[in-house]
Order: sequence, then structure tokens, then C-alpha cells
Amino acid sequence: MSFFQMTKTVLKSLFSRPATLMYPVKPAKKTDATRGHVKINPDGCITCRSCQRKCPTQAICVEVKEKTWQIDQMRCVVCAVCVDVCPTKCLTMDNQYRPAMTARGGLEKFTVAGPKKKEPVVAEAAKPAKE
Amino acid sequence: MSKQITVPFGPQHPVLPEPLHLDLVLEDEKVVDVIPTIGYVHRGLEKLVEKREYTEYVFIAERICGICSFIHSQTYVQGIEQIMGLEIPERAQYLRTIWSEYSRLHSHLLWLGCFADSMGFESVFMNSWRLREHILDDLEATTGGRVIQGVCKVGGVRRDITPEKLDEMVKGLKGIEHELQDLTNVFLHDSSIQHRLKGIGVLSKEDAYYLGAVGPTARGSGLAIDIRETGYAAFGKINFKPVVEYDGDCYARCAVRAKEMFTSIDIIEQCAKKIPDGTVDMKVTGAPDGEYFSRAEQPRGEVIHYIKGNGKKNLVRHRVRTPTFTNIPPLVTLLKGCDLADVPVIVLTIDPCIGCAER
Repeated sequence: MSFFQMTKTVLKSLFSRPATLMYPVKPAKKTDATRGHVKINPDGCITCRSCQRKCPTQAICVEVKEKTWQIDQMRCVVCAVCVDVCPTKCLTMDNQYRPAMTARGGLEKFTVAGPKKKEPVVAEAAKPAKE
Repeated sequence: MSKQITVPFGPQHPVLPEPLHLDLVLEDEKVVDVIPTIGYVHRGLEKLVEKREYTEYVFIAERICGICSFIHSQTYVQGIEQIMGLEIPERAQYLRTIWSEYSRLHSHLLWLGCFADSMGFESVFMNSWRLREHILDDLEATTGGRVIQGVCKVGGVRRDITPEKLDEMVKGLKGIEHELQDLTNVFLHDSSIQHRLKGIGVLSKEDAYYLGAVGPTARGSGLAIDIRETGYAAFGKINFKPVVEYDGDCYARCAVRAKEMFTSIDIIEQCAKKIPDGTVDMKVTGAPDGEYFSRAEQPRGEVIHYIKGNGKKNLVRHRVRTPTFTNIPPLVTLLKGCDLADVPVIVLTIDPCIGCAER
């Protein structure tokens, strides 16, 4: 009985494709929900710093004056909290993992659009026109 | 009386995935005494609770262990919800139940594979891990992470499962159930495995009780202790019986884990039938003020999270008692009197998870 059981398993394994993937050569299988790494659309960021405040590993650093958004990909644990709290939805979760690193680094800095200027700009632009 | 010698076992050893050190005192080939040492992978996660907000700490609680990760976050979150008196939506309760059973399935398959490997049964090791991959695929598709799910939050869960996906998951589990049955048959009926496990490392029911064994270690000795029966999350609305074996040897503990996989599949099926519609999370304001002992059943046994807050964003104290920690005294009793060659198999039957035990 157990002999036939074994033969069944052997035949199945012989004529089926391998269960493993040659990972770095072939991309790993991904789903839509997979949390790979955080991406930013710099045009949408208003430097509100919600992501920086909520990040459990303090991987995100936003400079309001310089209008930069920086992430340390080596600190990031890909929990997607920043994506959830982002008010303008400029942060998104890519479902591809980042490739392995062979040297120190992982800092990614982006120059972002910054807060949208509304009435004050219009008022200042309107003033010289009057004078 | 023959001369006693001491043989170190671990922290680096081929069968141990994690660093547990045992000093084995031998007389000829028999183990007469065991001195366990832990402390090789301490990370100080409990202290971190003072530096992070209680909502952010969920992710750290989840990273206490890389295998029972979901249940750690669930236990922590349940504790916070109890202190704050939150009644979370019923759908979230069911989703937590489904995911915790999924993590039990993948943990048991991982253990069965490692266990087969410790006996030199490589092909069963690979088969178990191949089946585990189905479970991990479903976890990744529904939560976004393979082993660190990150879906629990204070006040519910962060993701919902669509009814179609739920049906698909149940069908997938039904599809691999016969393969799991084949795998279980190897562990339960193969003569060479029985020869290796039966009558080895016997823990009596009294010893299991007085030494504080939990989980499959206790249930293998005839103690029907299962915290799921207290009815946390949605377990109160599900019909299931804890798997209990009475021999107390390595074979019994292995049988408990093998049979629990089918209980888990049954629980997931019942959840998929009974799950109500509705929201999956609620708005949480304020901070916890008070203390609570939160308990849950992990694949390895009962885990306790002690949480104390003082009404501020940061908690005052968080303490975790993991199942592996409390299973070490039974392990010492198990090892006394066994042969040196049986030590790896016996150590693995308590499913040591040292990363958990040391935080």
C-alpha cells in the first residue's frame, strides 16, 4: 500500500513542473495586495508630514522648507501606514520587492511640490496690479 | 557509576533554526541532566513600547515572531480593545479568526517539515513546505504579506476579504486537503517514523500540568487546554474540539499538530459560512488607561500579553509570555533519561521558537 503511495508521489513529481522559482532570474509571483515598497508621486505631496508622524520605524523624513521628502528604504518595514494616512494619495504601494543591496545606502530623496498656495498668492498677484 | 561528561547542544546546531543552548550532562549515552540557556537573540522589544504610540506598536508586536506573527498582533490589539472598552465589528472578528487559523496552518506545516528534516526525511520536508506555499499565497493575496501580515489594528482590521475570494480560499483548502491527508498519513502510519517517535520523550499528564506545558505539548499528554475554547475573536461562535492525544510521547505531540491542521480547515470553512456583512473597522479616539492580561492560542500554545496604559499615547508596560518560554521546563524533564541521539527530535517536538521567547 505504502509502496503504491510512494510511486504515486514519485510519478507526480517526475511529470510536473518544479514547485520552486529561480527567483532573481524569474520575478517572484505577486498579487495586487502585495506590499513591495513605497512609491511617491512628488507632484502630489503637500509636505503635511502625516506619513512622518505615523511611520512606526521613523523611516520617512519630510523637510517643509526645502520641500523634500526622504525615505530610508532600509528602515522601512513596508507596513503601508503612510499610504493609508496620506491625504492626497500621492503615496502608493508598489507590489514589487526592491532588489537586494550589496552596499550601504537606501536613502531616496525627492523634491516635492509642497503645499498648494491659494488665496494669498492671488491676493499678492492682484495687489501690484491695483497700484 | 560511570563518568559524567557535559556536551553542549546549540546555540548553533543543524536541527535548530534558532539559538537555544542546552548543556547536556551525559552518562555514557544517556542524558542525566540538562541546563538550558537562552539570551542569544534578545532585542528589547518590550522596552520599545515606551517610545512608540500604542497604535504604532501593533507592528512591533507583530514582529515578535516571524511565524505566529498575526496572532501576536491580534493578542496585543485585543488587550488594547479590552482596556478601552471597544466593541469591534463582528466581521472584523471573523476575519481575525480566519487569518489566525491560516497562520496556524502554515506554522504547523512548517513544523512538520522541519521535524521530518530533523529525522533525515528530506522529501517529506519539501512536500510540507510545498503545501505551505499554498497557504502563504492565500495570506499574501488577502493581507499583502506572506508572514508579516500587518492587517490588525486597534479597532478592527485594515483589509477586507471579498466573498468571492473567501469562496476561492475555501475551495483551495479543500483542494489541498487530500494532499495534507497523504502527508499526515506518512507521519502517523509510516513504520520508520513510528519507530523513531513512539515511546520517546514521554511527558506524563501530571508533569505537563505542574510544569506549565501549553499548546500541543500539553495536549499530547492528555491535557485538553486550548485557549480558543474561551471564545475570543469569533471562536465562541464556531464548533470545534481541541485535538488531544494521551500517550505524551513524541508521536503524540506530532499527531496533535498533524490533526490540528484539519481542525483549522474546518474552522475556516465554518467562518466563511457564518461571516456577516458590514464594516471591518471603527474609529478609535483616546488612549488606553488601565491594565489587561490578553490571552490567545498560538500554534505553539497559549500566549499572554500584559498591557498597562496610563491614558497617554505611550503605554507604560508591555510584557509577553510566549508558549516556548513556558515549554522549556517540560523540555528539561523530557530530555532527562533519553539517549543522546534522540535529543534533536525531542527538542523539536516542543516547537522551540526562541525569537519569540526572548523578544
